[in-house]
Amino acid sequence: MNDAAERPAPPARLRDTRINLSHGSGGKAMRDLIADVFVGSFDNPLLAALEDQALLPLGPLAAAGDRLAFTTDSYVVHPLFFPGGDIGKLAVAGTVNDLAVCGARPLFLSCAVVLEEGLPVDVLRRVAASMQSTARAAGVQIVTGDTKVVERGAADKMFINTAGIGIVPAGIQIAARNAQPGDAILINGNLGDHGAAILIARNELALEAAIPSDCTPLYDLVQTMLAVCPDIHCLRDATRGGVATVLNEFAQASGTCMRITETALPLRNEVRGACEILGLDPLYLANEGKLVAVVPRQHADAVLAAMRAHRDGANAAMIGEVCAGPAGSVIMRTGFGGERIVDMLVGEQLPRIC
Amino acid sequence: MKYVDEFRDPARARALASEIAGLVPRIARTRERPLQIMEVCGGHTHAIFRYGIQQLLPDAVEFVHGPGCPVCVLPMGRVDDCVALALQPQVIFTTFGDAMRVPGSRLSLLKAKAEGADVRMVYSPLDALAIARDNPAREVVFFGLGFETTMPSTAMTLIAAKKQGLRNFSLFCNHITIIPTIKAILDSPDLHLDGFLGPGHVSMVIGTRPYRFIAEHYKRPIAIAGFEPLDVLQALWMVLKQLAENRCEVENQYGRIVPAEGNRQALAAIAEVFELREYFEWRGLGSIDHSGVRLRASYADYDAERKFCIPNLKIADPKSCQCGEVLKGVLKPHQCKVFGSACTPETPIGSLMVSSEGACAAYYNYGRIARSQVVDTTGLRAAVKVGA
Repeated sequence: MNDAAERPAPPARLRDTRINLSHGSGGKAMRDLIADVFVGSFDNPLLAALEDQALLPLGPLAAAGDRLAFTTDSYVVHPLFFPGGDIGKLAVAGTVNDLAVCGARPLFLSCAVVLEEGLPVDVLRRVAASMQSTARAAGVQIVTGDTKVVERGAADKMFINTAGIGIVPAGIQIAARNAQPGDAILINGNLGDHGAAILIARNELALEAAIPSDCTPLYDLVQTMLAVCPDIHCLRDATRGGVATVLNEFAQASGTCMRITETALPLRNEVRGACEILGLDPLYLANEGKLVAVVPRQHADAVLAAMRAHRDGANAAMIGEVCAGPAGSVIMRTGFGGERIVDMLVGEQLPRIC
Repeated sequence: MKYVDEFRDPARARALASEIAGLVPRIARTRERPLQIMEVCGGHTHAIFRYGIQQLLPDAVEFVHGPGCPVCVLPMGRVDDCVALALQPQVIFTTFGDAMRVPGSRLSLLKAKAEGADVRMVYSPLDALAIARDNPAREVVFFGLGFETTMPSTAMTLIAAKKQGLRNFSLFCNHITIIPTIKAILDSPDLHLDGFLGPGHVSMVIGTRPYRFIAEHYKRPIAIAGFEPLDVLQALWMVLKQLAENRCEVENQYGRIVPAEGNRQALAAIAEVFELREYFEWRGLGSIDHSGVRLRASYADYDAERKFCIPNLKIADPKSCQCGEVLKGVLKPHQCKVFGSACTPETPIGSLMVSSEGACAAYYNYGRIARSQVVDTTGLRAAVKVGA
């Protein structure tokens, strides 16, 4: 069922303080929820029409590029609010970043929510407001959506799915298979801030540290990098699985070897400390505002300088280079002077016993 | 980062490595075969691979990865017992994270959780105690696992549980003790060990004296080692120096943490709560006398083995699995028949492939550079000769 199925009465502020099953039933309660919380927050004419679909004029899209980029992602995070962000910011920034890293200009998002019965409406309001402010910052509009409510216990407070479309300008060819021996590997800042922030926000470890999540939309940074070097070979945001996973994906898709240097990896002292205590590897910690770029060596310094001049790349660094072989592998020179394989993670990282 | 970087200084590592290389020609038996030094503790195995320590060493010095990863030596039948406990509807089964993926004959705890068992990962046995307090209508079982390192915290938790009068908390005790195990290894006929790196955190509890028999009776040198890469290198240097000077002693590289007499409070807590079992089953090593502990009669109310009906079946290790030979140092991980083919971190057959401290998992995750060196010499050989 699409939320836009019914015309709303003049927007009335929702009186309920908690979500109940009637807010997903398609009736008046749902209409009021959508009108108040979502249409009120997202505030754009494409959504406000409240049809079953958003109608996007093709002309301006076709003029902006030669390919449509289309992606989707679902967001489940505990806790919903954490230092540096919340599930709403994550749901917009994550999908925007999946579009941005192929060089696309993100334009439109959908927003589907699954709500657990009993969720305070104020929580939903805060999440929707956060989605809107992130969308505004990233230059995208949330133009269609859906709301479902499930019984208490059938979902953990709320889940969000966003899908997004963007336009890729002609001439931009970014793909994991494009890495070539000699290329430089860059990252736009500290590893693992999001993963560490969530770990600490869950408060299971009784560790105290002021680590904010790095959650942020990266479109503007990518455009800054492309302006300096339109021939960026690979670009990916390093979310779940961390930087190690992205490097393995690049190595396997391009049949090359990613060689990185441990001492070049930018890392907050607090994150390093948490990893040392728990026996975790920051290379595998999640990020929500970090990208890994593979660029031709001759442009690497210029791209790095442009990244560092940008607010989302102040701590950018060159972390390694692409080599011919062994094909499909990632090798790290350790700070200690040895070398080791950095493999894909199997399952979750689990803290060690002793 | 202070207290970390000092112990990972590459310049000091190179200096130590060259001193070690200088000692090797002074040890006569290296002319016939490489020296085999066993690091007993899984934490050392992890450090050796994570930092690429073997690559800094001459070919005549080999690490043999010992049995000191508590997850790795857990027999399959004990995992089945855990799963059986966890699947009882009233039970909340609490465990350290490492144990979640260890395969049982049918299920791991991770898979049992997916089948509906209430399995919760904790970071300390005290977390399990808190869960018991918060869920008075449920039975909370803590899976006690590990050597003398983790024994004191389990013991203190049980002492606290008794003091608080909690009735819904119990321990499934799989704690094991290191000394009988080292002795069993030294008594095994197919072994050629030249020396030992002693476990650091176990020794923090038990002190250095219990190792004397290794030097006095078995005439092998041992140095108790810390877990930073320079600790491991320095302890190795101490062992080789003993060999070069024909000495066999218990030396303590990890003096900043390990007192000779151990930790009296921790030992008192262990003695209050635990007593030796007559024997305990080890994966790959079989039954070893006096190598495990159980709860004393005064703590019987907290003993999951008495409180619940536990299948306690002995399950033979899979035939294809050679974990035992690897644990004794007879085989290197990659020499096992199923290493890297049927047995990988994704589909572990033996538990050495499961824990990040397991020799096989460490070898698989971090060590493939050295192995691929054998088959792929195109540019790689040059690449691995770093820091030497």
